[in-house]
Amino acid sequence: MAASPALEAPETVDRHGRRWFYRHPLVIRLAHWINAVVLLVLLMSGLQIFNAHPALYWGAVSTFDDPALAITSEQGGDGKSRGVVTVGTHSLDTTGVLGLSRGAGGADVERAFPAWATLPADQDLATGRRWHFLFAWLLVINGAVYLLYGLFSGQLRRRLIPDGDQIRDFGGSVKEHLLLRFPEGTEAKRYNVIQKLTYLVLVLGLLPAMVLAGLAMSPGMDAAWPWLTELFGGRQSARSVHFIAAGLIVLFVVVHVLLVLVSGLVNNMRGMITGWFSLGRDRETAR
Amino acid sequence: MILHRRKLLTAGAGLMGTALLGGCDRFAGTDTGRRTLQVGEDANLYVQRLLMGPATLAREFPAAMISPWFKPNGTIDPPDRAYRALAAKAFADFKLTVDGLVETPLSLSLADLRALPSRTQITRHDCVEGWSCIGQWAGVPLAELLKRTGLKPQARYAVFHCADTLEYAGSQDGAFLRPGQPGAVREAYVQLAAAEDWGGAPTATDAPAADWGQGSPDPEPDDKGRPIRYYESIDLYDAVNPQTILAYDLNGKPLPVSNGAPLRLRVERQLGYKQAKYVMRVELVESLKGLGQGGGGYWEDRGYEWYAGI
Repeated sequence: MAASPALEAPETVDRHGRRWFYRHPLVIRLAHWINAVVLLVLLMSGLQIFNAHPALYWGAVSTFDDPALAITSEQGGDGKSRGVVTVGTHSLDTTGVLGLSRGAGGADVERAFPAWATLPADQDLATGRRWHFLFAWLLVINGAVYLLYGLFSGQLRRRLIPDGDQIRDFGGSVKEHLLLRFPEGTEAKRYNVIQKLTYLVLVLGLLPAMVLAGLAMSPGMDAAWPWLTELFGGRQSARSVHFIAAGLIVLFVVVHVLLVLVSGLVNNMRGMITGWFSLGRDRETAR
Repeated sequence: MILHRRKLLTAGAGLMGTALLGGCDRFAGTDTGRRTLQVGEDANLYVQRLLMGPATLAREFPAAMISPWFKPNGTIDPPDRAYRALAAKAFADFKLTVDGLVETPLSLSLADLRALPSRTQITRHDCVEGWSCIGQWAGVPLAELLKRTGLKPQARYAVFHCADTLEYAGSQDGAFLRPGQPGAVREAYVQLAAAEDWGGAPTATDAPAADWGQGSPDPEPDDKGRPIRYYESIDLYDAVNPQTILAYDLNGKPLPVSNGAPLRLRVERQLGYKQAKYVMRVELVESLKGLGQGGGGYWEDRGYEWYAGI
Protein backbone atom coordinates (compact mmCIF):
# COMPACT_ATOMS: atom_id res chain seq x y z
CA MET A 1 0.00 0.00 0.00
CA ALA A 2 1.31 3.41 -0.93
CA ALA A 3 1.14 5.10 2.42
CA SER A 4 0.82 8.87 2.45
CA PRO A 5 3.55 10.94 4.08
CA ALA A 6 1.13 11.89 6.83
CA LEU A 7 0.73 8.24 7.81
CA GLU A 8 4.48 7.70 7.93
CA ALA A 9 5.26 10.75 10.02
CA PRO A 10 6.54 9.56 13.37
CA GLU A 11 5.40 12.65 15.26
CA THR A 12 3.58 10.76 18.00
CA VAL A 13 4.31 10.51 21.70
CA ASP A 14 2.75 8.26 24.33
CA ARG A 15 2.06 10.01 27.60
CA HIS A 16 -0.60 9.88 30.33
CA GLY A 17 -2.06 6.76 28.73
CA ARG A 18 -2.75 8.50 25.47
CA ARG A 19 -1.09 8.70 22.10
CA TRP A 20 -0.36 12.27 21.14
CA PHE A 21 0.22 13.64 17.66
CA TYR A 22 1.88 17.01 16.96
CA ARG A 23 -0.82 18.16 14.60
CA HIS A 24 -0.32 21.94 14.07
CA PRO A 25 3.09 23.65 13.76
CA LEU A 26 3.49 26.99 15.53
CA VAL A 27 3.28 29.13 12.37
CA ILE A 28 -0.03 27.56 11.41
CA ARG A 29 -1.44 27.95 14.93
CA LEU A 30 -0.50 31.62 15.03
CA ALA A 31 -1.82 32.22 11.52
CA HIS A 32 -5.09 30.51 12.46
CA TRP A 33 -5.81 32.66 15.51
CA ILE A 34 -4.66 35.90 13.90
CA ASN A 35 -6.90 35.06 10.98
CA ALA A 36 -9.87 34.45 13.28
CA VAL A 37 -9.57 37.88 14.93
CA VAL A 38 -8.80 39.66 11.64
CA LEU A 39 -11.79 38.10 9.87
CA LEU A 40 -14.11 39.12 12.71
CA VAL A 41 -12.96 42.76 12.53
CA LEU A 42 -13.15 42.72 8.73
CA LEU A 43 -16.67 41.30 8.80
CA MET A 44 -18.01 43.80 11.32
CA SER A 45 -16.31 46.84 9.77
CA GLY A 46 -17.42 45.55 6.37
CA LEU A 47 -21.05 45.50 7.49
CA GLN A 48 -20.55 49.09 8.76
CA ILE A 49 -19.33 50.09 5.28
CA PHE A 50 -22.19 48.23 3.60
CA ASN A 51 -24.66 50.16 5.77
CA ALA A 52 -23.57 53.42 4.11
CA HIS A 53 -25.31 52.27 0.93
CA PRO A 54 -27.22 49.09 1.70
CA ALA A 55 -27.86 47.95 -1.86
CA LEU A 56 -26.02 45.73 -4.33
CA TYR A 57 -25.92 45.92 -8.12
CA TRP A 58 -24.42 44.02 -11.01
CA GLY A 59 -22.12 45.57 -13.63
CA ALA A 60 -20.01 48.73 -13.66
CA VAL A 61 -22.50 51.18 -12.14
CA SER A 62 -25.44 51.39 -9.73
CA THR A 63 -28.95 51.12 -11.13
CA PHE A 64 -30.54 52.86 -8.20
CA ASP A 65 -34.19 51.97 -8.96
CA ASP A 66 -33.40 48.35 -9.56
CA PRO A 67 -30.88 46.89 -7.09
CA ALA A 68 -30.09 43.18 -7.04
CA LEU A 69 -30.37 43.29 -3.25
CA ALA A 70 -31.42 46.03 -0.89
CA ILE A 71 -31.86 46.25 2.88
CA THR A 72 -34.21 49.13 3.64
CA SER A 73 -36.96 50.20 5.95
CA GLU A 74 -40.39 51.23 4.84
CA GLN A 75 -43.59 52.57 6.32
CA GLY A 76 -46.31 49.95 6.58
CA GLY A 77 -50.03 50.64 6.14
CA ASP A 78 -50.42 50.98 9.91
CA GLY A 79 -47.87 53.81 10.00
CA LYS A 80 -45.28 51.57 11.66
CA SER A 81 -41.83 51.21 10.11
CA ARG A 82 -40.51 47.79 9.27
CA GLY A 83 -37.21 46.40 8.01
CA VAL A 84 -37.29 44.82 4.57
CA VAL A 85 -34.75 42.80 2.59
CA THR A 86 -35.44 42.83 -1.14
CA VAL A 87 -33.74 40.38 -3.48
CA GLY A 88 -34.83 40.92 -7.07
CA THR A 89 -38.62 41.00 -6.87
CA HIS A 90 -38.89 39.10 -3.59
CA SER A 91 -39.03 40.88 -0.27
CA LEU A 92 -38.88 39.66 3.29
CA ASP A 93 -39.85 41.36 6.56
CA THR A 94 -36.72 41.45 8.73
CA THR A 95 -37.78 44.01 11.37
CA GLY A 96 -35.56 43.90 14.44
CA VAL A 97 -32.48 42.62 12.65
CA LEU A 98 -32.09 43.95 9.11
CA GLY A 99 -33.33 47.33 7.91
CA LEU A 100 -34.76 48.41 11.25
CA SER A 101 -33.22 47.47 14.58
CA ARG A 102 -32.54 48.76 18.04
CA GLY A 103 -29.77 51.35 18.11
CA ALA A 104 -27.26 52.11 20.85
CA GLY A 105 -29.78 54.50 22.44
CA GLY A 106 -32.47 51.83 22.72
CA ALA A 107 -34.80 53.26 20.08
CA ASP A 108 -35.42 51.60 16.72
CA VAL A 109 -33.19 53.06 14.00
CA GLU A 110 -33.11 52.60 10.26
CA ARG A 111 -29.93 50.72 9.48
CA ALA A 112 -29.22 47.72 7.28
CA PHE A 113 -27.16 45.66 9.74
CA PRO A 114 -27.85 46.10 13.45
CA ALA A 115 -25.52 47.91 15.87
CA TRP A 116 -24.29 44.67 17.49
CA ALA A 117 -23.01 43.42 14.12
CA THR A 118 -21.04 46.48 13.03
CA LEU A 119 -17.74 48.11 13.97
CA PRO A 120 -18.10 50.81 15.23
CA ALA A 121 -21.54 50.05 16.64
CA ASP A 122 -22.88 53.50 15.67
CA GLN A 123 -23.22 54.53 12.06
CA ASP A 124 -19.69 55.80 11.30
CA LEU A 125 -18.43 55.02 7.81
CA ALA A 126 -15.10 56.83 8.23
CA THR A 127 -13.99 54.79 11.25
CA GLY A 128 -15.39 51.59 9.73
CA ARG A 129 -13.21 52.14 6.68
CA ARG A 130 -10.10 52.72 8.81
CA TRP A 131 -10.63 49.45 10.68
CA HIS A 132 -11.34 47.64 7.43
CA PHE A 133 -8.22 48.76 5.56
CA LEU A 134 -5.81 48.25 8.47
CA PHE A 135 -7.11 44.74 9.06
CA ALA A 136 -7.19 44.00 5.33
CA TRP A 137 -3.43 44.55 5.37
CA LEU A 138 -3.12 42.20 8.36
CA LEU A 139 -5.16 39.59 6.46
CA VAL A 140 -2.88 39.87 3.44
CA ILE A 141 0.35 39.71 5.46
CA ASN A 142 -0.89 36.84 7.65
CA GLY A 143 -2.19 34.99 4.58
CA ALA A 144 1.11 35.46 2.75
CA VAL A 145 3.10 34.12 5.73
CA TYR A 146 0.75 31.11 5.96
CA LEU A 147 0.89 30.31 2.24
CA LEU A 148 4.67 30.77 1.91
CA TYR A 149 5.30 28.66 5.01
CA GLY A 150 2.79 26.07 3.83
CA LEU A 151 4.39 25.83 0.39
CA PHE A 152 8.01 25.65 1.47
CA SER A 153 7.52 23.38 4.49
CA GLY A 154 5.35 20.99 2.51
CA GLN A 155 2.58 21.48 5.09
CA LEU A 156 0.12 22.82 2.53
CA ARG A 157 0.47 19.71 0.39
CA ARG A 158 0.58 17.31 3.31
CA ARG A 159 -2.37 18.86 5.14
CA LEU A 160 -4.68 19.94 2.37
CA ILE A 161 -4.11 17.90 -0.81
CA PRO A 162 -6.32 14.77 -0.62
CA ASP A 163 -4.36 11.51 -0.70
CA GLY A 164 -5.07 8.93 -3.39
CA ASP A 165 -6.99 6.58 -1.08
CA GLN A 166 -9.11 9.49 0.17
CA ILE A 167 -10.16 10.41 -3.36
CA ARG A 168 -11.00 6.76 -4.11
CA ASP A 169 -13.20 6.57 -1.00
CA PHE A 170 -14.83 9.97 -1.46
CA GLY A 171 -18.36 8.56 -1.15
CA GLY A 172 -17.56 6.74 2.08
CA SER A 173 -16.05 9.90 3.55
CA VAL A 174 -19.14 11.95 2.72
CA LYS A 175 -21.33 9.35 4.42
CA GLU A 176 -19.18 9.27 7.58
CA HIS A 177 -19.19 13.05 7.68
CA LEU A 178 -22.96 13.30 7.38
CA LEU A 179 -23.38 10.76 10.17
CA LEU A 180 -21.02 12.91 12.29
CA ARG A 181 -18.68 9.94 12.72
CA PHE A 182 -15.15 11.19 13.09
CA PRO A 183 -12.00 9.15 12.53
CA GLU A 184 -9.94 8.10 15.49
CA GLY A 185 -6.43 6.80 15.91
CA THR A 186 -4.03 6.92 12.98
CA GLU A 187 -6.67 8.13 10.56
CA ALA A 188 -7.19 11.21 12.77
CA LYS A 189 -3.65 12.34 11.93
CA ARG A 190 -4.87 13.72 8.66
CA TYR A 191 -7.91 15.75 7.69
CA ASN A 192 -10.63 13.84 5.91
CA VAL A 193 -11.17 14.53 2.22
CA ILE A 194 -14.10 16.95 2.67
CA GLN A 195 -12.15 18.89 5.27
CA LYS A 196 -9.13 19.11 2.97
CA LEU A 197 -11.19 20.31 0.02
CA THR A 198 -13.08 22.85 2.13
CA TYR A 199 -9.88 24.32 3.57
CA LEU A 200 -8.35 24.40 0.08
CA VAL A 201 -11.34 26.30 -1.31
CA LEU A 202 -11.10 28.71 1.64
CA VAL A 203 -7.36 29.46 1.62
CA LEU A 204 -6.75 29.33 -2.14
CA GLY A 205 -10.19 30.39 -3.38
CA LEU A 206 -12.46 32.41 -1.11
CA LEU A 207 -9.94 34.45 0.88
CA PRO A 208 -7.83 35.50 -2.15
CA ALA A 209 -11.04 36.23 -4.10
CA MET A 210 -12.17 38.38 -1.19
CA VAL A 211 -8.98 40.46 -1.28
CA LEU A 212 -9.09 40.80 -5.08
CA ALA A 213 -12.78 41.78 -5.14
CA GLY A 214 -12.03 44.36 -2.45
CA LEU A 215 -9.17 45.80 -4.49
CA ALA A 216 -11.36 45.78 -7.62
CA MET A 217 -13.63 48.36 -5.94
CA SER A 218 -10.75 50.82 -5.55
CA PRO A 219 -10.62 53.63 -8.13
CA GLY A 220 -6.82 53.75 -7.70
CA MET A 221 -6.46 50.02 -8.40
CA ASP A 222 -8.86 50.34 -11.33
CA ALA A 223 -6.45 52.88 -12.84
CA ALA A 224 -3.37 50.76 -12.12
CA TRP A 225 -4.87 47.33 -12.92
CA PRO A 226 -8.06 47.79 -14.99
CA TRP A 227 -8.13 44.05 -15.77
CA LEU A 228 -8.85 43.30 -12.12
CA THR A 229 -12.15 45.21 -12.04
CA GLU A 230 -13.03 43.71 -15.43
CA LEU A 231 -12.36 40.22 -14.04
CA PHE A 232 -15.30 40.73 -11.68
CA GLY A 233 -17.50 42.34 -14.35
CA GLY A 234 -17.27 45.91 -13.04
CA ARG A 235 -17.02 47.77 -9.75
CA GLN A 236 -20.56 47.07 -8.61
CA SER A 237 -20.23 43.37 -9.47
CA ALA A 238 -17.00 43.28 -7.48
CA ARG A 239 -18.85 44.80 -4.52
CA SER A 240 -21.56 42.14 -4.81
CA VAL A 241 -18.98 39.34 -5.09
CA HIS A 242 -17.20 40.77 -2.02
CA PHE A 243 -20.50 40.65 -0.10
CA ILE A 244 -21.41 37.11 -1.24
CA ALA A 245 -17.89 35.82 -0.49
CA ALA A 246 -18.18 37.36 3.00
CA GLY A 247 -21.41 35.40 3.45
CA LEU A 248 -19.70 32.18 2.36
CA ILE A 249 -16.85 32.76 4.81
CA VAL A 250 -19.39 33.30 7.60
CA LEU A 251 -21.09 30.05 6.55
CA PHE A 252 -17.72 28.28 6.67
CA VAL A 253 -16.98 29.61 10.15
CA VAL A 254 -20.39 28.52 11.46
CA VAL A 255 -19.98 24.96 10.15
CA HIS A 256 -16.32 24.89 11.22
CA VAL A 257 -17.16 25.87 14.80
CA LEU A 258 -20.07 23.43 14.98
CA LEU A 259 -17.86 20.57 13.78
CA VAL A 260 -15.14 21.55 16.27
CA LEU A 261 -17.79 21.34 19.00
CA VAL A 262 -19.20 17.95 18.00
CA SER A 263 -15.88 16.32 17.13
CA GLY A 264 -14.27 17.09 20.49
CA LEU A 265 -13.98 20.70 21.58
CA VAL A 266 -11.19 20.18 24.12
CA ASN A 267 -8.99 18.03 21.90
CA ASN A 268 -9.45 20.34 18.91
CA MET A 269 -8.77 23.48 20.92
CA ARG A 270 -5.75 21.92 22.61
CA GLY A 271 -4.50 20.98 19.16
CA MET A 272 -4.83 24.47 17.77
CA ILE A 273 -3.38 26.13 20.89
CA THR A 274 -0.50 23.80 21.89
CA GLY A 275 -0.17 21.81 18.67
CA TRP A 276 -0.74 18.44 20.41
CA PHE A 277 -3.78 16.42 19.41
CA SER A 278 -4.82 13.23 21.18
CA LEU A 279 -5.30 10.21 18.95
CA GLY A 280 -7.13 8.38 21.73
CA ARG A 281 -6.70 6.37 24.90
CA ASP A 282 -6.83 2.96 23.28
CA ARG A 283 -3.37 1.82 22.15
CA GLU A 284 -4.99 -0.54 19.67
CA THR A 285 -6.83 2.18 17.74
CA ALA A 286 -3.94 4.56 18.10
CA ARG A 287 -1.39 2.35 16.46
CA MET B 1 -23.34 20.31 35.59
CA ILE B 2 -22.40 20.21 31.94
CA LEU B 3 -25.29 22.48 31.14
CA HIS B 4 -24.05 24.95 33.73
CA ARG B 5 -20.56 24.85 32.38
CA ARG B 6 -21.89 25.38 28.88
CA LYS B 7 -23.98 28.34 30.03
CA LEU B 8 -20.97 29.75 31.79
CA LEU B 9 -18.84 29.34 28.69
CA THR B 10 -21.48 30.98 26.52
CA ALA B 11 -21.95 33.86 28.92
CA GLY B 12 -18.17 34.23 29.23
CA ALA B 13 -17.71 34.30 25.47
CA GLY B 14 -20.50 36.84 25.14
CA LEU B 15 -18.98 39.08 27.79
CA MET B 16 -15.54 38.81 26.24
CA GLY B 17 -16.95 39.64 22.82
CA THR B 18 -18.78 42.68 24.16
CA ALA B 19 -15.71 43.87 26.08
CA LEU B 20 -13.52 43.33 23.03
CA LEU B 21 -15.75 45.26 20.67
CA GLY B 22 -16.58 47.98 23.17
CA GLY B 23 -12.82 48.20 23.62
CA CYS B 24 -12.42 48.57 19.84
CA ASP B 25 -14.67 51.63 19.81
CA ARG B 26 -12.88 53.17 22.79
CA PHE B 27 -9.48 52.46 21.20
CA ALA B 28 -10.57 54.11 17.95
CA GLY B 29 -11.49 57.22 19.94
CA THR B 30 -8.00 57.76 21.39
CA ASP B 31 -5.12 59.55 19.66
CA THR B 32 -3.05 56.35 19.57
CA GLY B 33 -6.04 54.52 18.15
CA ARG B 34 -6.52 57.08 15.41
CA ARG B 35 -2.81 57.03 14.54
CA THR B 36 -2.79 53.22 14.46
CA LEU B 37 -5.86 53.04 12.26
CA GLN B 38 -4.19 55.53 9.91
CA VAL B 39 -1.40 53.05 9.10
CA GLY B 40 -3.72 51.35 6.60
CA GLU B 41 -4.20 54.62 4.71
CA ASP B 42 -0.45 55.26 4.53
CA ALA B 43 0.09 51.73 3.19
CA ASN B 44 -2.66 52.20 0.59
CA LEU B 45 -1.14 55.47 -0.63
CA TYR B 46 2.37 54.03 -0.79
CA VAL B 47 1.44 50.81 -2.57
CA GLN B 48 -1.02 52.34 -5.02
CA ARG B 49 1.57 54.94 -6.03
CA LEU B 50 4.08 52.12 -6.55
CA LEU B 51 1.63 50.45 -8.90
CA MET B 52 0.86 53.53 -10.98
CA GLY B 53 2.71 56.49 -12.45
CA PRO B 54 1.77 60.17 -12.24
CA ALA B 55 0.29 59.96 -15.74
CA THR B 56 -1.59 56.65 -15.32
CA LEU B 57 -5.18 57.28 -16.38
CA ALA B 58 -8.38 56.02 -14.83
CA ARG B 59 -10.42 53.84 -17.15
CA GLU B 60 -12.56 55.66 -19.71
CA PHE B 61 -15.83 54.17 -20.91
CA PRO B 62 -17.82 54.20 -24.19
CA ALA B 63 -20.66 56.73 -24.47
CA ALA B 64 -23.21 53.89 -24.39
CA MET B 65 -22.29 53.24 -20.75
CA ILE B 66 -23.10 56.76 -19.48
CA SER B 67 -25.53 56.51 -16.53
CA PRO B 68 -29.00 57.89 -17.33
CA TRP B 69 -28.96 59.74 -13.99
CA PHE B 70 -25.80 61.04 -12.34
CA LYS B 71 -26.63 60.90 -8.64
CA PRO B 72 -25.95 64.26 -6.97
CA ASN B 73 -24.63 63.85 -3.43
CA GLY B 74 -23.46 66.07 -0.59
CA THR B 75 -24.54 69.66 -1.20
CA ILE B 76 -27.01 69.74 -4.08
CA ASP B 77 -28.19 73.34 -3.79
CA PRO B 78 -25.79 75.69 -1.96
CA PRO B 79 -27.69 78.00 0.39
CA ASP B 80 -25.04 80.74 0.26
CA ARG B 81 -26.24 84.13 -0.91
CA ALA B 82 -23.05 84.92 -2.85
CA TYR B 83 -23.35 81.65 -4.72
CA ARG B 84 -27.04 82.14 -5.44
CA ALA B 85 -26.34 85.56 -6.87
CA LEU B 86 -23.84 84.00 -9.27
CA ALA B 87 -26.21 81.15 -10.18
CA ALA B 88 -29.06 83.59 -10.85
CA LYS B 89 -27.00 85.13 -13.65
CA ALA B 90 -25.92 81.74 -15.04
CA PHE B 91 -22.46 82.37 -13.58
CA ALA B 92 -21.77 85.24 -15.98
CA ASP B 93 -20.03 87.09 -13.12
CA PHE B 94 -18.17 84.00 -11.91
CA LYS B 95 -14.38 84.24 -11.65
CA LEU B 96 -12.12 81.37 -10.72
CA THR B 97 -9.11 82.49 -8.69
CA VAL B 98 -5.83 80.57 -8.89
CA ASP B 99 -3.42 81.92 -6.30
CA GLY B 100 -1.19 81.02 -3.37
CA LEU B 101 2.31 79.76 -4.17
CA VAL B 102 2.16 80.65 -7.87
CA GLU B 103 4.27 83.07 -9.90
CA THR B 104 1.30 84.81 -11.55
CA PRO B 105 -2.11 84.58 -9.89
CA LEU B 106 -5.00 84.27 -12.30
CA SER B 107 -8.64 85.22 -12.26
CA LEU B 108 -10.66 83.59 -15.02
CA SER B 109 -14.30 83.76 -16.11
CA LEU B 110 -16.15 80.73 -17.43
CA ALA B 111 -15.64 82.09 -20.96
CA ASP B 112 -11.90 82.40 -20.30
CA LEU B 113 -11.83 78.81 -19.03
CA ARG B 114 -13.76 77.51 -22.04
CA ALA B 115 -11.25 79.25 -24.34
CA LEU B 116 -8.38 77.24 -22.82
CA PRO B 117 -7.41 73.74 -24.03
CA SER B 118 -10.01 71.26 -22.81
CA ARG B 119 -10.27 67.56 -22.10
CA THR B 120 -13.37 65.36 -22.36
CA GLN B 121 -13.51 62.06 -20.53
CA ILE B 122 -16.14 59.43 -19.76
CA THR B 123 -15.27 58.05 -16.35
CA ARG B 124 -16.80 56.21 -13.43
CA HIS B 125 -17.50 58.16 -10.26
CA ASP B 126 -17.06 55.98 -7.17
CA CYS B 127 -18.71 57.22 -4.01
CA VAL B 128 -17.19 56.35 -0.64
CA GLU B 129 -20.64 55.01 0.27
CA GLY B 130 -20.26 52.30 -2.36
CA TRP B 131 -22.31 53.35 -5.40
CA SER B 132 -21.01 54.31 -8.86
CA CYS B 133 -22.18 56.39 -11.84
CA ILE B 134 -20.59 56.94 -15.24
CA GLY B 135 -20.59 60.45 -16.69
CA GLN B 136 -18.92 62.45 -19.43
CA TRP B 137 -16.93 65.38 -18.13
CA ALA B 138 -15.44 68.26 -20.11
CA GLY B 139 -13.21 70.88 -18.58
CA VAL B 140 -9.85 72.52 -18.41
CA PRO B 141 -6.96 70.38 -17.18
CA LEU B 142 -5.59 71.76 -13.93
CA ALA B 143 -2.10 71.36 -15.45
CA GLU B 144 -3.05 73.93 -18.13
CA LEU B 145 -3.91 76.45 -15.42
CA LEU B 146 -0.73 75.72 -13.46
CA LYS B 147 1.33 76.11 -16.64
CA ARG B 148 -0.08 79.62 -16.97
CA THR B 149 0.34 80.63 -13.35
CA GLY B 150 3.69 78.95 -12.82
CA LEU B 151 4.52 77.36 -9.47
CA LYS B 152 6.75 78.59 -6.69
CA PRO B 153 9.24 75.88 -5.70
CA GLN B 154 7.58 75.36 -2.27
CA ALA B 155 4.17 74.53 -3.78
CA ARG B 156 3.14 70.96 -2.82
CA TYR B 157 -0.66 70.86 -2.75
CA ALA B 158 -3.57 72.36 -4.62
CA VAL B 159 -6.40 73.36 -2.29
CA PHE B 160 -9.94 73.81 -3.62
CA HIS B 161 -12.14 76.35 -1.88
CA CYS B 162 -15.82 75.84 -2.60
CA ALA B 163 -18.96 77.98 -2.40
CA ASP B 164 -21.21 75.65 -0.41
CA THR B 165 -21.66 75.99 3.34
CA LEU B 166 -21.93 72.62 5.08
CA GLU B 167 -22.25 73.79 8.64
CA TYR B 168 -21.61 76.70 10.97
CA ALA B 169 -18.58 76.74 13.22
CA GLY B 170 -19.44 75.87 16.79
CA SER B 171 -23.11 75.23 16.11
CA GLN B 172 -22.92 71.47 16.11
CA ASP B 173 -20.35 68.73 15.86
CA GLY B 174 -19.67 68.50 12.17
CA ALA B 175 -18.67 64.88 12.55
CA PHE B 176 -22.36 64.20 12.96
CA LEU B 177 -22.87 65.04 9.29
CA ARG B 178 -21.44 62.17 7.39
CA PRO B 179 -21.93 61.12 3.79
CA GLY B 180 -23.26 57.80 5.03
CA GLN B 181 -25.79 59.43 7.29
CA PRO B 182 -29.46 59.63 6.39
CA GLY B 183 -29.92 63.09 4.88
CA ALA B 184 -32.36 64.49 7.42
CA VAL B 185 -29.84 66.32 9.58
CA ARG B 186 -28.01 67.81 6.66
CA GLU B 187 -31.24 68.94 5.03
CA ALA B 188 -32.29 70.68 8.21
CA TYR B 189 -28.97 72.50 8.15
CA VAL B 190 -29.27 73.56 4.57
CA GLN B 191 -32.78 74.84 5.17
CA LEU B 192 -31.52 76.75 8.17
CA ALA B 193 -28.72 78.23 6.12
CA ALA B 194 -31.10 79.17 3.33
CA ALA B 195 -33.55 80.76 5.73
CA GLU B 196 -30.79 82.83 7.28
CA ASP B 197 -29.55 83.80 3.87
CA TRP B 198 -32.85 85.00 2.57
CA GLY B 199 -34.01 86.46 5.87
CA GLY B 200 -32.27 89.72 5.13
CA ALA B 201 -30.10 89.80 8.24
CA PRO B 202 -26.46 90.06 7.24
CA THR B 203 -24.74 86.78 8.01
CA ALA B 204 -21.29 85.46 7.41
CA THR B 205 -22.55 83.72 4.28
CA ASP B 206 -22.63 87.16 2.65
CA ALA B 207 -18.86 86.98 2.28
CA PRO B 208 -17.87 88.52 -1.04
CA ALA B 209 -16.76 86.09 -3.71
CA ALA B 210 -13.15 87.23 -3.53
CA ASP B 211 -12.97 85.97 0.05
CA TRP B 212 -13.47 82.27 -0.68
CA GLY B 213 -11.48 80.32 1.81
CA GLN B 214 -9.73 83.33 3.34
CA GLY B 215 -8.97 83.51 7.00
CA SER B 216 -8.32 80.81 9.52
CA PRO B 217 -10.92 78.06 9.23
CA ASP B 218 -10.06 76.83 12.72
CA PRO B 219 -13.10 77.37 14.89
CA GLU B 220 -12.21 80.15 17.34
CA PRO B 221 -14.54 81.14 20.15
CA ASP B 222 -15.38 84.44 18.42
CA ASP B 223 -15.80 82.48 15.23
CA LYS B 224 -19.11 80.98 16.24
CA GLY B 225 -21.55 81.03 13.39
CA ARG B 226 -18.92 81.46 10.69
CA PRO B 227 -19.87 79.24 7.76
CA ILE B 228 -17.65 76.25 7.05
CA ARG B 229 -17.63 75.78 3.31
CA TYR B 230 -16.44 72.68 1.51
CA TYR B 231 -12.71 72.41 0.93
CA GLU B 232 -10.52 69.70 -0.55
CA SER B 233 -6.90 69.20 -1.52
CA ILE B 234 -4.72 67.04 -3.75
CA ASP B 235 -0.96 66.86 -4.12
CA LEU B 236 0.91 67.78 -7.28
CA TYR B 237 1.20 64.08 -8.22
CA ASP B 238 -2.55 64.10 -8.89
CA ALA B 239 -2.76 67.77 -9.87
CA VAL B 240 -0.71 67.31 -13.04
CA ASN B 241 -2.44 64.09 -14.16
CA PRO B 242 -4.03 64.71 -17.60
CA GLN B 243 -7.44 63.56 -16.29
CA THR B 244 -7.40 66.04 -13.41
CA ILE B 245 -9.70 68.72 -14.77
CA LEU B 246 -11.97 71.49 -13.58
CA ALA B 247 -15.12 70.34 -15.33
CA TYR B 248 -17.72 72.79 -16.65
CA ASP B 249 -19.79 70.29 -18.69
CA LEU B 250 -21.50 67.05 -17.67
CA ASN B 251 -22.80 64.78 -20.44
CA GLY B 252 -22.40 67.53 -23.05
CA LYS B 253 -24.37 70.18 -21.13
CA PRO B 254 -23.29 72.89 -18.71
CA LEU B 255 -22.82 71.35 -15.28
CA PRO B 256 -26.12 71.53 -13.32
CA VAL B 257 -26.14 73.15 -9.86
CA SER B 258 -26.84 69.77 -8.22
CA ASN B 259 -23.61 68.35 -9.67
CA GLY B 260 -21.42 71.34 -8.77
CA ALA B 261 -21.93 74.26 -11.21
CA PRO B 262 -20.07 76.17 -12.44
CA LEU B 263 -16.89 74.14 -11.85
CA ARG B 264 -16.23 70.75 -10.35
CA LEU B 265 -12.88 69.10 -9.76
CA ARG B 266 -12.36 65.66 -11.28
CA VAL B 267 -9.54 63.55 -9.77
CA GLU B 268 -10.49 60.32 -11.44
CA ARG B 269 -8.26 57.94 -9.49
CA GLN B 270 -9.91 58.80 -6.19
CA LEU B 271 -13.33 58.57 -4.52
CA GLY B 272 -16.24 60.96 -4.89
CA TYR B 273 -15.60 63.23 -1.91
CA LYS B 274 -12.33 64.38 -3.52
CA GLN B 275 -14.31 65.66 -6.55
CA ALA B 276 -15.00 69.08 -4.99
CA LYS B 277 -18.10 70.87 -6.33
CA TYR B 278 -18.75 74.64 -6.62
CA VAL B 279 -15.00 75.36 -6.90
CA MET B 280 -14.34 79.09 -6.52
CA ARG B 281 -10.65 79.23 -5.83
CA VAL B 282 -7.58 77.05 -6.30
CA GLU B 283 -4.85 77.85 -3.82
CA LEU B 284 -1.35 76.38 -4.07
CA VAL B 285 0.15 75.70 -0.64
CA GLU B 286 3.20 74.08 0.90
CA SER B 287 1.40 72.30 3.72
CA LEU B 288 -2.17 71.38 4.64
CA LYS B 289 -1.64 72.33 8.29
CA GLY B 290 -3.31 75.73 8.06
CA LEU B 291 -6.37 74.39 6.30
CA GLY B 292 -9.33 73.50 8.50
CA GLN B 293 -8.13 71.12 11.20
CA GLY B 294 -5.19 70.00 9.07
CA GLY B 295 -6.71 66.89 7.49
CA GLY B 296 -6.72 68.44 4.04
CA GLY B 297 -10.46 68.53 3.40
CA TYR B 298 -13.92 68.89 4.91
CA TRP B 299 -14.50 65.14 5.23
CA GLU B 300 -10.85 64.47 6.03
CA ASP B 301 -11.26 66.69 9.09
CA ARG B 302 -14.18 64.44 10.03
CA GLY B 303 -12.28 61.16 9.91
CA TYR B 304 -12.11 60.23 6.23
CA GLU B 305 -8.83 59.43 4.49
CA TRP B 306 -7.00 62.22 2.66
CA TYR B 307 -5.85 59.64 0.14
CA ALA B 308 -9.12 58.29 -1.24
CA GLY B 309 -7.74 55.83 -3.79
CA ILE B 310 -9.60 52.93 -2.20
